[in-house]
Amino acid sequence: MGRYALRRLLQAIPVLVGTTFFIFVIVYALPGDPIQALGGDRRMDPVIARALRDKFGLDDPLLVQYWHYLTGIFSGNFGTTFRGVEVSSIFAGKFQVTLQLALTALVMEAIIGVGLGLWSALRRGRWQDQFVLAVTLLLVSIPPLVMGFVLQLWLGVKFKLGTGIELVPVAGIGAGEKSYLLPGFVLATTSIAYLTRLTRTSLMETLRSDFIRTAVAKGMPRRRVLGRHALRNSLIPLVTYLGADLGALMGGAVITETIFNLPGIGLQLFQSVYLRENTVVVGIVTVLVLIYVVANLVVDLLYAVLDPRIRYE
Amino acid sequence: MSDTITQQPPKHARRVKAEKPASLWSDAWYDLRRNKVFLIGSVLALILILMAAFPSIFSHINAYDPATCDLKTARRGITGEHWFGTDNLGCDTYSRVIYGARVSILVGIITTVITTVVGGGMGLVAGFFGRWSDVLLSRVAEIFFAIPPILGALLILSVIGRDNAGIGTVVMALGVLYWPLLLRIMRAAVISAKNQDFVVAARALGASSGRIMIRHILPNAVAPVIVTATLNLGAFIAAEAGLSFLGVGVQSPTISWGLMISDARPWFLAQPEPLLFPALFLSITVLAFVMLGDAVRDALDPKLR
Repeated sequence: MGRYALRRLLQAIPVLVGTTFFIFVIVYALPGDPIQALGGDRRMDPVIARALRDKFGLDDPLLVQYWHYLTGIFSGNFGTTFRGVEVSSIFAGKFQVTLQLALTALVMEAIIGVGLGLWSALRRGRWQDQFVLAVTLLLVSIPPLVMGFVLQLWLGVKFKLGTGIELVPVAGIGAGEKSYLLPGFVLATTSIAYLTRLTRTSLMETLRSDFIRTAVAKGMPRRRVLGRHALRNSLIPLVTYLGADLGALMGGAVITETIFNLPGIGLQLFQSVYLRENTVVVGIVTVLVLIYVVANLVVDLLYAVLDPRIRYE
Repeated sequence: MSDTITQQPPKHARRVKAEKPASLWSDAWYDLRRNKVFLIGSVLALILILMAAFPSIFSHINAYDPATCDLKTARRGITGEHWFGTDNLGCDTYSRVIYGARVSILVGIITTVITTVVGGGMGLVAGFFGRWSDVLLSRVAEIFFAIPPILGALLILSVIGRDNAGIGTVVMALGVLYWPLLLRIMRAAVISAKNQDFVVAARALGASSGRIMIRHILPNAVAPVIVTATLNLGAFIAAEAGLSFLGVGVQSPTISWGLMISDARPWFLAQPEPLLFPALFLSITVLAFVMLGDAVRDALDPKLR
């Protein structure tokens, strides 16, 4: 376990360096001169241009600039946009919205996905099982882009106008926690489908194993066999899937937040892409990629704790 | 495990017919022909591919001809003349939806082919030769694997800029982020095939490395790669629509379902047709390829049953 953890940690270092370097190089390779672009149509005074280039370190060698960028990230300084706004001030308050959205999605995923998966595994081969598999097929096939707008239209307009009842808010975060329900569900749809299938496979595999047969043979009540033996052992892959998905959900929130107008980091990313604020885009992408990498790392370590059989290679 | 929604025939039924040992491929083909999910998926996919190749069969209006749009009939609902209504600029939504299939299908297929060839090829090399080629390729792959695809594509495409954006750049961005998945799968399959007896036998008989790799290992390692590639196709189509919706994918005047959704958004609560129809076609397209992928997986990977 100690050796595995150490190796996994060491393995994460080149990945972290590699991903940040990749992001950095992409932006470094950007055609055009950002300083000249600041001046708009007029040619900028060479002295001012010089001063700005020095200030932002644009003439330093590639690796030196990368080093500044890297040390900046780890001290929470994401630099300033060329318009002089601190990137970290743009982040303020927005991560909470995205995190809350991702957590809502994660809870829904866990409840619906595991629930459906257990139901279909216990009814294997019957109509309930076929039905659940058909539902997962549909959930995978309807992109959040489509699901978001359709639910917004149905719940927000058709249902509300028809019945006068607003089930859940369909835009913004004005209504507090309730506002996250619908976007959370839309963000979670694909994961619900995967988790359902994973739960189903995992439980069916466990139910086939010898210790379950022993438990049944010695006359243990069905409830106890399922709860104590089967579920516990099938939960391991689910926990790791959920953990890794938190990072993925935060990264995938950009479309959902754009549809539902949630003022999170994803909507900011969309707006910054639109306004071509590359510093902000890079800052947000870097943070989200780091969250994703770290979430995967934590999950891998957790996996070794939950399942002592796992060994590195 | 079977992830399809059709009833699988009982296992014995299939064993009985296989009196002489059938290869994985003929066995898989036998399964697929009897799989309703595969049949529905392939019929849908064929119609969509036909739509992408020859949109004029399906629509008498050429959606790329601006003369067919009439501002006087903008934002009308469904009529006999305009089956899916008209959009904000008075263009016929039905013909635009038909012509929009091309971008989705092209991005899906080209990205699948590129990632499979590049990722699969590198996985073959890494798995077969091992040592430093494996270390190098696997480490590089890990880096790209650690970037969430939509974010990475958004970054790459926003830097390239909207002026150059098009099918090519979308394919490139998705390809850069997805090849490591194929590398991993091919590498694992090659490593498990490499140590089997028939490979040792071929080597003992004096076969060259190249021959062993192509004739013996590749046919035995390619099945999981094909499964992943088919499942990815639907994901690429959804990703293209998402990126175009976000404004970094293909650009107007190219017609894409993602762009249509984005264009129709401001009026969609009052007049939903221009948004709902591209959304419907997008979902059907993804569904078709997901069904194909599911069926291919069930046929090629009997372990998962």
